[in-house]
Amino acid sequence: MSRAGPKAPRTLAEFMQKALEMEIEASQRYAEFADAMEMHNNREVADLFRRMSGIENRHAEQIMAEMGWKEPPPPTPGGFRWEGFEAPETIAVDEVHYLMQPYHALTLALASEERAERFFAQMAEAATTEPVRKAALELMGEEREHVELIRQWMQKVPKPDRNWADDPDPPRYTD
Amino acid sequence: MNDAVTLPETAEAAGPLTAKDYKSAYKPIWCPGCGDYSVLGAVTRAFALVQVRPENIAVVSGIGCSSRIPAYTSCYGFHGVHGRSLAAATGLKVARPDLTVLVACGDGDGYSIGGNHFLHACRRNVDLTYIVMDNHVYGMTKGQPSPTTEPDWDSKLAPGGTGVRSFHPLVIALASGANFVARAFSGDPNGTAEIIAQAIRHPGFSFVEILSPCVTFRPEQRSWKEQARPSPVGPTGDAAQAARRLMTDDGFNIGVLYTGDRTPYPLGPRGTRRSIAELEAEFTL
Repeated sequence: MSRAGPKAPRTLAEFMQKALEMEIEASQRYAEFADAMEMHNNREVADLFRRMSGIENRHAEQIMAEMGWKEPPPPTPGGFRWEGFEAPETIAVDEVHYLMQPYHALTLALASEERAERFFAQMAEAATTEPVRKAALELMGEEREHVELIRQWMQKVPKPDRNWADDPDPPRYTD
Repeated sequence: MNDAVTLPETAEAAGPLTAKDYKSAYKPIWCPGCGDYSVLGAVTRAFALVQVRPENIAVVSGIGCSSRIPAYTSCYGFHGVHGRSLAAATGLKVARPDLTVLVACGDGDGYSIGGNHFLHACRRNVDLTYIVMDNHVYGMTKGQPSPTTEPDWDSKLAPGGTGVRSFHPLVIALASGANFVARAFSGDPNGTAEIIAQAIRHPGFSFVEILSPCVTFRPEQRSWKEQARPSPVGPTGDAAQAARRLMTDDGFNIGVLYTGDRTPYPLGPRGTRRSIAELEAEFTL
């Protein structure tokens, strides 16, 4: 599945463009999840995903403001590509379940923030220019804070019981 | 057109359109986790890549989960009869060559009920883009095996599996004359958008098979994201070479596999034009 090794973009602008892309993609995916959960009357998880989408969107706005961008810059042809199919902070579409609970949603969010932290650590390691290395370390620190915040958040929500996915009227009968 | 964002009169007035401009106000009702969400995202991104305005695009579908897609775009849409999306789309494109026509359906609708239309749409080579969201199951009707289901897929509705060989849509498309053949994966929405955009730009009949997991009836398809990878080789214009590649790969190589140069079916009115009244007169008893 790998497309490229962990090479870092050369310029700060290109690096921040990828960081922005990552935040936008994560925000959009959370919004999609929120819509899906709303349609399935799972309001609690929908609200949580909506909140996460807002948080990622604010991060994107912060990057835009820091770089003085009014619009996200167009992708650099032949530029840096993600190692997988999607940005490290994006949760795969198939990871959600219509009966999932806030704890599950936060578990997914935690994993995504941890992937983002690891990604920026790799970028700091692979950076060939000082501005990119510095920015990568800064963003890694921010992601680490998010990891911590989500861990604290998880303490406040109940852990699901073993039968959380039991549906008295399931779409699929297996017995 | 579906409920949509208000677009300015001209493209110049607004700058480039974005994926958001092609989404309608309707929210999809697919199961959470369904690959079709990503396909919808990829389709709207592809439209933004080709920068054709929504009112110049028609999305035509058949019946099934994936065929709900026209309602979720801000383009013109036609949710047609089971298996007949290609027939409707062919008529539309021939009558309105100015429209970009994207046809969308699933593996049951496209390869079983609409299987015959698929063969002849490839053969006719009308300038259409045909995307099939393939999850190897009839999802909307609760999990019956479809033409692409593996013969040994054991389920309550097909105990022990059907024992019937799976249909190979890409080889069939190639052999039947499709001018562009590609495989995409819903877990790669950016790559899928690029492939669909290429398919739209390519003249003639373009076929894109999109692996799109059904997490409800085929939860094991979650492993597709570990199996799918970019094709190690680029597209070829040699149909024989493309066929060899397709027959020997494991079904998870993603990318454009074949780009042909057949002349597309001529569009627009042909022959002697007759009025509706004249046509009607022929059928008057």
